Amino acid sequence: MRKITLIAVSLIVVGLTGCTNLGVQPWEKGQLARSDMALDSEKLDQALDDHIYFSKEGSSGGRAFAGGGCGCN
Amino acid sequence: MINNNNKLDSIPSQRTASNPQTKKIASALAFASCGLFASNGHATELVKNVDDWKVDAALMYYGEQDRVQAIEAIGKAQKNFGDDSVLDLKLVVDSLTGASASGAVAQSDSQTFTRPSGNGQYKVAAGDTPLDDTFHDTRVQGSANWSQKLNPDWKVSGGVYGSKEFDYMSMGINAGVERGFNKDNTTLFLGTAYSFDVVDPVGGRPVALSSMAIRDNFTSDEAYRTAFDATRQNGSDDKQTVDLMLGITQILNQRWLLQANYGLSSVSGYLTDPYKVLSVVDNNGTSQDIVYENRPDSRLKHSFYVMTKGALDSGVVDFSYRYNTDDWDLTSHTLETHYRYYFSGSFYGQLHLRYYQQSAVNFYQPFLLADTPLPEFASADYRIGDMSAYTIGVKFGHRLSGGHEMTYRLEYYQQDPKNNGTELPGQLQNYDLFPTQKAITAQFSYSF
Repeated sequence: MRKITLIAVSLIVVGLTGCTNLGVQPWEKGQLARSDMALDSEKLDQALDDHIYFSKEGSSGGRAFAGGGCGCN
Repeated sequence: MINNNNKLDSIPSQRTASNPQTKKIASALAFASCGLFASNGHATELVKNVDDWKVDAALMYYGEQDRVQAIEAIGKAQKNFGDDSVLDLKLVVDSLTGASASGAVAQSDSQTFTRPSGNGQYKVAAGDTPLDDTFHDTRVQGSANWSQKLNPDWKVSGGVYGSKEFDYMSMGINAGVERGFNKDNTTLFLGTAYSFDVVDPVGGRPVALSSMAIRDNFTSDEAYRTAFDATRQNGSDDKQTVDLMLGITQILNQRWLLQANYGLSSVSGYLTDPYKVLSVVDNNGTSQDIVYENRPDSRLKHSFYVMTKGALDSGVVDFSYRYNTDDWDLTSHTLETHYRYYFSGSFYGQLHLRYYQQSAVNFYQPFLLADTPLPEFASADYRIGDMSAYTIGVKFGHRLSGGHEMTYRLEYYQQDPKNNGTELPGQLQNYDLFPTQKAITAQFSYSF
Protein backbone atom coordinates (compact mmCIF):
# COMPACT_ATOMS: atom_id res chain seq x y z
CA MET A 1 0.00 0.00 0.00
CA ARG A 2 2.86 2.40 0.85
CA LYS A 3 4.37 1.59 -2.51
CA ILE A 4 1.20 2.69 -4.30
CA THR A 5 1.12 5.96 -2.34
CA LEU A 6 4.78 6.58 -3.11
CA ILE A 7 4.24 5.97 -6.82
CA ALA A 8 1.19 8.25 -6.82
CA VAL A 9 3.04 11.07 -5.05
CA SER A 10 6.06 10.70 -7.38
CA LEU A 11 3.81 10.83 -10.44
CA ILE A 12 2.12 13.98 -9.19
CA VAL A 13 5.43 15.71 -8.43
CA VAL A 14 6.88 14.75 -11.81
CA GLY A 15 3.63 15.74 -13.48
CA LEU A 16 3.52 19.14 -11.80
CA THR A 17 7.12 19.89 -12.75
CA GLY A 18 6.32 19.04 -16.34
CA CYS A 19 3.10 21.07 -16.22
CA THR A 20 4.86 24.42 -15.82
CA ASN A 21 5.95 24.11 -19.46
CA LEU A 22 2.45 23.29 -20.69
CA GLY A 23 -0.54 25.48 -21.29
CA VAL A 24 -1.63 28.50 -23.23
CA GLN A 25 -2.05 32.23 -22.76
CA PRO A 26 -5.41 33.41 -21.33
CA TRP A 27 -6.45 34.83 -24.72
CA GLU A 28 -5.86 31.44 -26.37
CA LYS A 29 -8.52 29.66 -24.30
CA GLY A 30 -11.44 30.29 -26.64
CA GLN A 31 -11.96 26.65 -27.65
CA LEU A 32 -11.42 25.39 -24.10
CA ALA A 33 -14.06 27.80 -22.78
CA ARG A 34 -16.77 26.20 -24.94
CA SER A 35 -19.58 24.88 -22.77
CA ASP A 36 -19.17 21.38 -24.25
CA MET A 37 -15.54 21.37 -23.06
CA ALA A 38 -16.49 21.76 -19.39
CA LEU A 39 -15.54 18.71 -17.34
CA ASP A 40 -19.11 18.55 -16.06
CA SER A 41 -20.84 19.37 -19.34
CA GLU A 42 -22.89 16.17 -19.12
CA LYS A 43 -23.35 16.00 -15.38
CA LEU A 44 -26.78 14.35 -15.41
CA ASP A 45 -25.66 11.61 -17.79
CA GLN A 46 -22.60 11.05 -15.61
CA ALA A 47 -24.70 10.86 -12.44
CA LEU A 48 -27.11 8.35 -14.01
CA ASP A 49 -24.27 6.24 -15.45
CA ASP A 50 -22.39 6.28 -12.14
CA HIS A 51 -25.50 5.05 -10.36
CA ILE A 52 -25.94 2.12 -12.76
CA TYR A 53 -22.30 1.07 -12.68
CA PHE A 54 -22.07 1.54 -8.90
CA SER A 55 -25.05 -0.82 -8.53
CA LYS A 56 -23.85 -3.42 -10.99
CA GLU A 57 -20.07 -3.56 -10.69
CA GLY A 58 -17.56 -4.19 -7.92
CA SER A 59 -15.65 -0.91 -8.18
CA SER A 60 -16.66 2.72 -8.53
CA GLY A 61 -15.43 6.29 -8.41
CA GLY A 62 -12.45 7.69 -10.25
CA ARG A 63 -13.89 10.76 -11.90
CA ALA A 64 -15.57 11.78 -8.67
CA PHE A 65 -16.03 10.32 -5.19
CA ALA A 66 -16.67 6.57 -5.12
CA GLY A 67 -20.25 7.26 -4.09
CA GLY A 68 -22.72 5.23 -2.17
CA GLY A 69 -26.06 5.92 -0.74
CA CYS A 70 -28.02 3.06 -2.10
CA GLY A 71 -28.76 -0.50 -1.16
CA CYS A 72 -28.51 -1.23 -4.86
CA ASN A 73 -30.01 -4.61 -5.41
CA MET B 1 -11.60 23.18 -13.00
CA ILE B 2 -12.99 24.60 -16.22
CA ASN B 3 -16.52 25.85 -15.85
CA ASN B 4 -19.08 26.95 -18.33
CA ASN B 5 -19.51 30.51 -17.18
CA ASN B 6 -19.77 31.74 -20.75
CA LYS B 7 -22.85 29.69 -21.40
CA LEU B 8 -24.39 30.54 -18.05
CA ASP B 9 -23.82 34.25 -18.38
CA SER B 10 -25.63 34.31 -21.68
CA ILE B 11 -28.73 32.69 -20.23
CA PRO B 12 -30.47 35.40 -18.15
CA SER B 13 -30.95 37.84 -21.03
CA GLN B 14 -32.34 35.09 -23.25
CA ARG B 15 -34.59 33.78 -20.56
CA THR B 16 -36.26 37.16 -20.01
CA ALA B 17 -37.94 36.59 -23.34
CA SER B 18 -38.88 32.97 -22.62
CA ASN B 19 -42.49 31.97 -22.19
CA PRO B 20 -44.37 32.22 -18.87
CA GLN B 21 -44.86 28.43 -18.78
CA THR B 22 -41.12 27.88 -18.44
CA LYS B 23 -40.93 30.48 -15.71
CA LYS B 24 -43.70 28.76 -13.85
CA ILE B 25 -41.94 25.40 -14.00
CA ALA B 26 -38.65 26.98 -12.95
CA SER B 27 -40.34 28.74 -10.04
CA ALA B 28 -42.06 25.56 -8.95
CA LEU B 29 -38.85 23.55 -9.12
CA ALA B 30 -36.86 26.19 -7.32
CA PHE B 31 -39.51 26.52 -4.67
CA ALA B 32 -39.66 22.74 -4.17
CA SER B 33 -35.88 22.56 -3.91
CA CYS B 34 -35.80 25.37 -1.39
CA GLY B 35 -38.35 23.61 0.74
CA LEU B 36 -36.18 20.53 0.73
CA PHE B 37 -32.82 22.03 1.36
CA ALA B 38 -33.20 25.44 2.90
CA SER B 39 -35.42 25.76 5.89
CA ASN B 40 -34.05 29.22 6.60
CA GLY B 41 -34.43 32.72 5.20
CA HIS B 42 -32.63 31.94 1.96
CA ALA B 43 -35.75 30.42 0.44
CA THR B 44 -37.45 33.71 -0.37
CA GLU B 45 -34.30 35.14 -1.83
CA LEU B 46 -33.79 32.11 -4.08
CA VAL B 47 -37.27 32.29 -5.52
CA LYS B 48 -36.78 35.98 -6.29
CA ASN B 49 -33.73 35.17 -8.36
CA VAL B 50 -35.43 32.38 -10.21
CA ASP B 51 -34.68 33.92 -13.60
CA ASP B 52 -31.00 33.20 -13.08
CA TRP B 53 -31.46 29.49 -12.54
CA LYS B 54 -30.23 26.93 -14.97
CA VAL B 55 -32.25 23.74 -14.76
CA ASP B 56 -31.44 20.30 -16.13
CA ALA B 57 -33.99 17.52 -15.89
CA ALA B 58 -33.84 13.94 -17.08
CA LEU B 59 -36.02 10.88 -17.08
CA MET B 60 -34.35 7.52 -17.52
CA TYR B 61 -35.61 4.00 -17.98
CA TYR B 62 -33.26 1.13 -17.17
CA GLY B 63 -34.38 -2.38 -18.03
CA GLU B 64 -32.58 -5.70 -17.70
CA GLN B 65 -33.70 -8.71 -19.65
CA ASP B 66 -36.03 -10.65 -17.29
CA ARG B 67 -34.62 -8.87 -14.25
CA VAL B 68 -34.58 -5.39 -12.72
CA GLN B 69 -36.57 -2.53 -14.27
CA ALA B 70 -36.01 0.98 -12.98
CA ILE B 71 -37.26 4.48 -13.67
CA GLU B 72 -35.14 7.36 -12.48
CA ALA B 73 -36.05 11.05 -12.57
CA ILE B 74 -33.39 13.60 -11.85
CA GLY B 75 -33.58 17.38 -11.59
CA LYS B 76 -30.70 19.75 -11.10
CA ALA B 77 -30.93 23.47 -10.58
CA GLN B 78 -27.87 25.67 -10.67
CA LYS B 79 -27.56 29.29 -9.79
CA ASN B 80 -24.52 31.32 -10.66
CA PHE B 81 -24.09 34.38 -8.44
CA GLY B 82 -21.93 36.39 -10.81
CA ASP B 83 -18.45 34.95 -11.19
CA ASP B 84 -17.81 34.17 -7.56
CA SER B 85 -20.13 31.47 -6.38
CA VAL B 86 -22.37 28.72 -7.66
CA LEU B 87 -25.18 26.87 -5.91
CA ASP B 88 -26.19 23.43 -7.13
CA LEU B 89 -29.32 21.63 -5.98
CA LYS B 90 -30.16 18.13 -7.10
CA LEU B 91 -33.15 15.89 -6.54
CA VAL B 92 -33.34 12.27 -7.69
CA VAL B 93 -36.27 9.89 -7.41
CA ASP B 94 -36.04 6.33 -8.60
CA SER B 95 -38.28 3.35 -8.50
CA LEU B 96 -37.11 -0.19 -8.94
CA THR B 97 -38.90 -3.49 -9.39
CA GLY B 98 -38.02 -6.94 -10.62
CA ALA B 99 -35.77 -9.84 -9.96
CA SER B 100 -32.15 -10.03 -8.95
CA ALA B 101 -29.79 -13.01 -8.91
CA SER B 102 -29.76 -14.37 -5.36
CA GLY B 103 -26.37 -16.05 -5.65
CA ALA B 104 -27.72 -19.63 -5.49
CA VAL B 105 -26.90 -22.03 -8.37
CA ALA B 106 -29.25 -23.65 -10.91
CA GLN B 107 -30.25 -27.25 -10.19
CA SER B 108 -31.77 -30.21 -12.06
CA ASP B 109 -34.76 -30.11 -9.67
CA SER B 110 -36.89 -27.12 -8.80
CA GLN B 111 -35.78 -25.24 -5.68
CA THR B 112 -37.69 -23.48 -2.92
CA PHE B 113 -36.37 -20.35 -1.19
CA THR B 114 -37.67 -18.28 1.69
CA ARG B 115 -38.33 -14.62 0.95
CA PRO B 116 -36.03 -12.16 2.79
CA SER B 117 -38.92 -11.08 5.04
CA GLY B 118 -39.47 -14.69 6.14
CA ASN B 119 -43.10 -14.33 5.05
CA GLY B 120 -43.64 -16.72 2.19
CA GLN B 121 -41.44 -18.56 -0.21
CA TYR B 122 -40.77 -18.73 -3.94
CA LYS B 123 -39.97 -21.60 -6.30
CA VAL B 124 -37.33 -21.62 -9.01
CA ALA B 125 -37.83 -24.06 -11.90
CA ALA B 126 -35.29 -26.78 -12.71
CA GLY B 127 -32.38 -25.43 -14.73
CA ASP B 128 -33.16 -21.77 -13.99
CA THR B 129 -30.79 -19.31 -12.31
CA PRO B 130 -32.38 -18.52 -8.93
CA LEU B 131 -33.71 -14.97 -8.94
CA ASP B 132 -35.31 -13.25 -6.00
CA ASP B 133 -38.24 -11.36 -7.49
CA THR B 134 -39.27 -9.50 -4.34
CA PHE B 135 -37.49 -6.23 -5.00
CA HIS B 136 -39.66 -3.14 -5.04
CA ASP B 137 -38.06 0.00 -3.85
CA THR B 138 -38.34 3.74 -4.23
CA ARG B 139 -35.41 5.97 -3.46
CA VAL B 140 -35.33 9.71 -2.97
CA GLN B 141 -32.04 11.55 -2.97
CA GLY B 142 -31.28 15.21 -2.51
CA SER B 143 -28.06 17.16 -2.47
CA ALA B 144 -26.92 20.76 -2.25
CA ASN B 145 -23.47 22.03 -3.16
CA TRP B 146 -21.94 25.44 -2.92
CA SER B 147 -18.73 26.57 -4.53
CA GLN B 148 -17.08 29.91 -3.94
CA LYS B 149 -14.21 31.57 -5.71
CA LEU B 150 -12.12 33.30 -3.06
CA ASN B 151 -9.69 35.03 -5.41
CA PRO B 152 -8.32 34.35 -8.91
CA ASP B 153 -6.35 31.36 -7.63
CA TRP B 154 -8.40 29.73 -4.91
CA LYS B 155 -11.84 28.14 -4.95
CA VAL B 156 -13.58 26.24 -2.16
CA SER B 157 -16.67 24.06 -2.23
CA GLY B 158 -18.88 22.20 0.20
CA GLY B 159 -22.03 20.14 0.09
CA VAL B 160 -24.54 17.98 1.87
CA TYR B 161 -26.28 14.89 0.66
CA GLY B 162 -29.07 12.60 1.82
CA SER B 163 -30.95 9.64 0.41
CA LYS B 164 -33.63 7.32 1.66
CA GLU B 165 -35.09 4.09 0.41
CA PHE B 166 -37.18 1.54 2.24
CA ASP B 167 -34.31 -0.43 3.78
CA TYR B 168 -31.46 2.05 3.45
CA MET B 169 -30.61 5.60 4.46
CA SER B 170 -27.53 7.63 3.65
CA MET B 171 -26.30 11.06 4.74
CA GLY B 172 -23.11 12.72 3.65
CA ILE B 173 -21.04 15.87 3.60
CA ASN B 174 -18.20 16.89 1.34
CA ALA B 175 -15.68 19.68 1.02
CA GLY B 176 -13.04 20.60 -1.51
CA VAL B 177 -10.43 23.16 -2.32
CA GLU B 178 -9.05 24.10 -5.73
CA ARG B 179 -5.96 26.10 -6.56
CA GLY B 180 -4.97 27.38 -9.99
CA PHE B 181 -1.33 27.65 -11.05
CA ASN B 182 0.61 28.53 -14.14
CA LYS B 183 -1.81 31.20 -15.50
CA ASP B 184 -4.67 28.89 -14.58
CA ASN B 185 -3.40 26.24 -16.97
CA THR B 186 -2.96 23.86 -14.04
CA THR B 187 -5.60 23.27 -11.38
CA LEU B 188 -5.05 21.16 -8.30
CA PHE B 189 -8.03 19.80 -6.42
CA LEU B 190 -8.18 18.26 -2.97
CA GLY B 191 -11.50 16.96 -1.75
CA THR B 192 -12.91 14.88 1.04
CA ALA B 193 -16.30 13.33 1.70
CA TYR B 194 -17.87 11.48 4.59
CA SER B 195 -21.04 9.47 4.50
CA PHE B 196 -23.00 7.62 7.13
CA ASP B 197 -25.40 4.93 5.95
CA VAL B 198 -27.96 2.91 7.88
CA VAL B 199 -28.87 -0.53 6.58
CA ASP B 200 -32.16 -1.92 7.82
CA PRO B 201 -32.95 -4.96 5.66
CA VAL B 202 -36.43 -6.37 5.21
CA GLY B 203 -36.75 -9.25 7.68
CA GLY B 204 -33.62 -8.19 9.58
CA ARG B 205 -29.92 -8.81 8.95
CA PRO B 206 -29.15 -12.49 8.40
CA VAL B 207 -26.70 -14.19 10.76
CA ALA B 208 -23.49 -14.66 8.75
CA LEU B 209 -23.47 -17.93 6.81
CA SER B 210 -26.54 -19.25 8.66
CA SER B 211 -28.72 -21.79 6.81
CA MET B 212 -31.91 -20.54 5.20
CA ALA B 213 -34.94 -21.90 7.07
CA ILE B 214 -37.54 -23.19 4.58
CA ARG B 215 -41.17 -23.63 5.64
CA ASP B 216 -41.58 -26.95 3.79
CA ASN B 217 -38.99 -28.53 6.09
CA PHE B 218 -41.00 -27.76 9.26
CA THR B 219 -44.18 -29.32 10.58
CA SER B 220 -45.68 -26.10 11.98
CA ASP B 221 -45.60 -22.36 11.30
CA GLU B 222 -44.33 -21.85 14.83
CA ALA B 223 -41.36 -24.19 14.42
CA TYR B 224 -40.53 -22.53 11.09
CA ARG B 225 -40.75 -19.03 12.59
CA THR B 226 -38.45 -19.98 15.48
CA ALA B 227 -35.91 -21.40 13.02
CA PHE B 228 -36.18 -18.31 10.75
CA ASP B 229 -35.75 -15.92 13.69
CA ALA B 230 -32.60 -17.80 14.70
CA THR B 231 -31.08 -16.74 11.35
CA ARG B 232 -31.69 -13.04 12.06
CA GLN B 233 -29.95 -10.34 14.07
CA ASN B 234 -32.03 -7.60 15.65
CA GLY B 235 -31.87 -3.97 14.66
CA SER B 236 -30.19 -2.05 11.89
CA ASP B 237 -26.51 -1.64 11.22
CA ASP B 238 -24.44 1.13 9.75
CA LYS B 239 -21.70 1.80 7.27
CA GLN B 240 -19.30 4.72 7.18
CA THR B 241 -17.34 5.93 4.18
CA VAL B 242 -14.45 8.38 4.14
CA ASP B 243 -13.27 9.52 0.71
CA LEU B 244 -10.22 11.52 -0.21
CA MET B 245 -9.52 12.76 -3.70
CA LEU B 246 -6.54 14.47 -5.20
CA GLY B 247 -6.89 15.74 -8.75
CA ILE B 248 -5.08 17.76 -11.33
CA THR B 249 -6.45 19.35 -14.48
CA GLN B 250 -3.91 20.50 -17.01
CA ILE B 251 -4.46 22.48 -20.17
CA LEU B 252 -2.19 20.93 -22.78
CA ASN B 253 -2.74 23.30 -25.69
CA GLN B 254 -5.48 25.43 -27.23
CA ARG B 255 -7.73 22.43 -27.76
CA TRP B 256 -6.80 19.68 -25.32
CA LEU B 257 -6.89 19.25 -21.59
CA LEU B 258 -5.95 16.41 -19.29
CA GLN B 259 -7.42 15.40 -15.96
CA ALA B 260 -5.87 12.94 -13.51
CA ASN B 261 -7.33 11.89 -10.17
CA TYR B 262 -6.29 9.67 -7.32
CA GLY B 263 -9.07 8.58 -4.99
CA LEU B 264 -8.83 6.80 -1.67
CA SER B 265 -11.98 5.40 -0.11
CA SER B 266 -12.22 3.71 3.25
CA VAL B 267 -15.49 1.94 4.02
CA SER B 268 -16.28 0.31 7.32
CA GLY B 269 -19.31 -1.29 8.92
CA TYR B 270 -21.98 -3.53 7.45
CA LEU B 271 -20.79 -4.31 3.90
CA THR B 272 -22.63 -7.60 3.44
CA ASP B 273 -25.56 -7.76 1.00
CA PRO B 274 -28.34 -9.03 3.28
CA TYR B 275 -30.30 -10.48 0.35
CA LYS B 276 -27.54 -12.61 -1.17
CA VAL B 277 -26.99 -16.31 -0.52
CA LEU B 278 -24.73 -19.18 -1.54
CA SER B 279 -25.62 -22.77 -2.41
CA VAL B 280 -23.78 -25.48 -0.49
CA VAL B 281 -23.39 -28.43 -2.88
CA ASP B 282 -22.15 -32.05 -2.57
CA ASN B 283 -19.70 -33.83 -4.91
CA ASN B 284 -22.48 -34.33 -7.46
CA GLY B 285 -23.20 -30.61 -7.51
CA THR B 286 -26.53 -31.15 -5.77
CA SER B 287 -27.61 -28.43 -3.38
CA GLN B 288 -27.64 -29.48 0.29
CA ASP B 289 -28.18 -26.14 1.91
CA ILE B 290 -28.52 -22.40 1.25
CA VAL B 291 -26.51 -20.04 3.46
CA TYR B 292 -26.55 -16.22 3.77
CA GLU B 293 -23.39 -14.52 2.56
CA ASN B 294 -20.88 -12.66 4.73
CA ARG B 295 -18.38 -9.96 3.74
CA PRO B 296 -15.57 -8.34 5.74
CA ASP B 297 -16.53 -5.22 7.68
CA SER B 298 -13.96 -2.93 6.11
CA ARG B 299 -12.66 -2.15 2.66
CA LEU B 300 -9.93 0.20 1.50
CA LYS B 301 -10.15 1.22 -2.15
CA HIS B 302 -7.83 3.13 -4.47
CA SER B 303 -8.72 4.57 -7.83
CA PHE B 304 -6.54 6.15 -10.50
CA TYR B 305 -8.30 8.01 -13.26
CA VAL B 306 -6.93 9.82 -16.27
CA MET B 307 -9.00 11.57 -18.91
CA THR B 308 -8.21 13.73 -21.88
CA LYS B 309 -10.73 15.86 -23.70
CA GLY B 310 -10.36 17.71 -26.97
CA ALA B 311 -12.29 20.49 -28.70
CA LEU B 312 -12.63 19.59 -32.38
CA ASP B 313 -13.86 21.95 -35.09
CA SER B 314 -17.11 20.04 -35.43
CA GLY B 315 -17.33 18.23 -32.13
CA VAL B 316 -15.79 17.10 -28.86
CA VAL B 317 -14.02 13.90 -27.93
CA ASP B 318 -12.79 12.40 -24.67
CA PHE B 319 -10.91 9.26 -23.68
CA SER B 320 -10.47 7.97 -20.16
CA TYR B 321 -8.86 5.11 -18.32
CA ARG B 322 -9.52 4.11 -14.74
CA TYR B 323 -7.71 1.60 -12.57
CA ASN B 324 -9.23 0.42 -9.30
CA THR B 325 -7.74 -1.81 -6.66
CA ASP B 326 -8.71 -2.63 -3.07
CA ASP B 327 -7.87 -4.80 -0.11
CA TRP B 328 -10.55 -7.32 -1.08
CA ASP B 329 -8.21 -8.00 -4.04
CA LEU B 330 -10.67 -6.73 -6.60
CA THR B 331 -8.92 -4.89 -9.41
CA SER B 332 -10.61 -3.33 -12.40
CA HIS B 333 -9.77 -1.54 -15.63
CA THR B 334 -12.20 0.80 -17.36
CA LEU B 335 -11.77 2.36 -20.78
CA GLU B 336 -14.30 4.91 -21.95
CA THR B 337 -14.80 7.36 -24.77
CA HIS B 338 -17.40 9.88 -25.94
CA TYR B 339 -17.35 11.39 -29.39
CA ARG B 340 -19.72 14.19 -30.31
CA TYR B 341 -20.27 15.47 -33.84
CA TYR B 342 -22.25 18.63 -34.69
CA PHE B 343 -24.33 17.99 -37.79
CA SER B 344 -25.34 21.64 -37.61
CA GLY B 345 -25.12 24.45 -35.08
CA SER B 346 -28.20 23.16 -33.35
CA PHE B 347 -28.06 19.38 -33.75
CA TYR B 348 -25.47 16.84 -32.68
CA GLY B 349 -24.99 13.11 -32.39
CA GLN B 350 -22.79 11.41 -29.84
CA LEU B 351 -21.28 7.97 -29.52
CA HIS B 352 -20.39 6.42 -26.15
CA LEU B 353 -18.24 3.32 -25.75
CA ARG B 354 -17.15 1.76 -22.48
CA TYR B 355 -15.29 -1.40 -21.61
CA TYR B 356 -14.95 -2.68 -18.07
CA GLN B 357 -13.10 -5.67 -16.68
CA GLN B 358 -12.77 -6.77 -13.06
CA SER B 359 -11.18 -9.65 -11.14
CA ALA B 360 -13.03 -11.33 -8.29
CA VAL B 361 -12.67 -10.41 -4.61
CA ASN B 362 -10.72 -12.97 -2.59
CA PHE B 363 -13.81 -14.38 -0.84
CA TYR B 364 -15.93 -14.76 -3.99
CA GLN B 365 -17.11 -18.33 -4.54
CA PRO B 366 -19.87 -19.33 -6.96
CA PHE B 367 -20.97 -21.97 -4.40
CA LEU B 368 -19.64 -23.72 -1.29
CA LEU B 369 -18.74 -27.40 -0.97
CA ALA B 370 -20.56 -29.46 1.67
CA ASP B 371 -17.48 -31.44 2.70
CA THR B 372 -15.28 -28.44 3.44
CA PRO B 373 -15.54 -26.23 6.53
CA LEU B 374 -17.42 -22.91 6.11
CA PRO B 375 -15.05 -20.01 5.39
CA GLU B 376 -15.24 -16.83 7.47
CA PHE B 377 -16.29 -14.73 4.45
CA ALA B 378 -18.06 -15.83 1.31
CA SER B 379 -20.21 -14.31 -1.41
CA ALA B 380 -21.55 -15.67 -4.69
CA ASP B 381 -22.63 -12.21 -5.86
CA TYR B 382 -21.50 -12.09 -9.52
CA ARG B 383 -21.03 -8.32 -9.20
CA ILE B 384 -17.86 -8.93 -7.17
CA GLY B 385 -16.74 -11.92 -9.24
CA ASP B 386 -14.65 -12.09 -12.42
CA MET B 387 -16.50 -10.13 -15.03
CA SER B 388 -16.22 -8.00 -18.10
CA ALA B 389 -18.82 -5.58 -19.37
CA TYR B 390 -19.31 -3.18 -22.22
CA THR B 391 -21.59 -0.29 -23.09
CA ILE B 392 -22.52 1.10 -26.49
CA GLY B 393 -24.58 4.24 -26.50
CA VAL B 394 -25.85 6.93 -28.81
CA LYS B 395 -27.19 10.32 -27.93
CA PHE B 396 -28.77 13.07 -29.99
CA GLY B 397 -29.10 16.64 -28.89
CA HIS B 398 -31.08 19.62 -30.17
CA ARG B 399 -30.08 23.09 -29.15
CA LEU B 400 -33.28 25.10 -29.09
CA SER B 401 -33.89 28.81 -28.95
CA GLY B 402 -33.46 30.62 -25.66
CA GLY B 403 -30.53 28.40 -24.63
CA HIS B 404 -32.74 25.36 -24.15
CA GLU B 405 -31.42 21.92 -25.02
CA MET B 406 -33.19 18.60 -25.50
CA THR B 407 -31.37 15.28 -25.67
CA TYR B 408 -32.26 11.62 -26.19
CA ARG B 409 -29.97 8.80 -25.22
CA LEU B 410 -30.11 5.07 -25.82
CA GLU B 411 -27.55 2.67 -24.41
CA TYR B 412 -26.94 -1.05 -24.39
CA TYR B 413 -25.04 -2.53 -21.44
CA GLN B 414 -23.90 -6.14 -21.32
CA GLN B 415 -22.22 -7.94 -18.44
CA ASP B 416 -20.32 -11.19 -18.98
CA PRO B 417 -19.54 -12.81 -15.62
CA LYS B 418 -16.85 -15.51 -15.74
CA ASN B 419 -15.82 -18.47 -13.68
CA ASN B 420 -12.96 -17.47 -11.38
CA GLY B 421 -11.34 -20.90 -11.89
CA THR B 422 -13.67 -22.94 -9.67
CA GLU B 423 -14.09 -26.58 -10.74
CA LEU B 424 -17.76 -27.40 -11.29
CA PRO B 425 -18.85 -30.72 -9.74
CA GLY B 426 -21.45 -33.07 -11.28
CA GLN B 427 -24.70 -31.51 -12.45
CA LEU B 428 -23.39 -27.93 -12.18
CA GLN B 429 -21.55 -28.55 -15.45
CA ASN B 430 -24.93 -28.74 -17.19
CA TYR B 431 -25.91 -25.16 -16.36
CA ASP B 432 -24.69 -21.71 -17.19
CA LEU B 433 -23.67 -20.54 -13.73
CA PHE B 434 -22.31 -17.28 -15.12
CA PRO B 435 -25.09 -16.03 -17.36
CA THR B 436 -24.68 -12.95 -19.50
CA GLN B 437 -26.84 -10.05 -18.45
CA LYS B 438 -28.19 -7.49 -20.89
CA ALA B 439 -29.71 -4.11 -20.14
CA ILE B 440 -31.09 -1.17 -22.08
CA THR B 441 -31.10 2.44 -20.94
CA ALA B 442 -33.31 5.07 -22.52
CA GLN B 443 -33.10 8.66 -21.40
CA PHE B 444 -34.73 11.96 -22.22
CA SER B 445 -33.25 15.20 -20.91
CA TYR B 446 -34.21 18.83 -21.09
CA SER B 447 -32.18 21.86 -20.02
CA PHE B 448 -33.38 25.42 -19.75
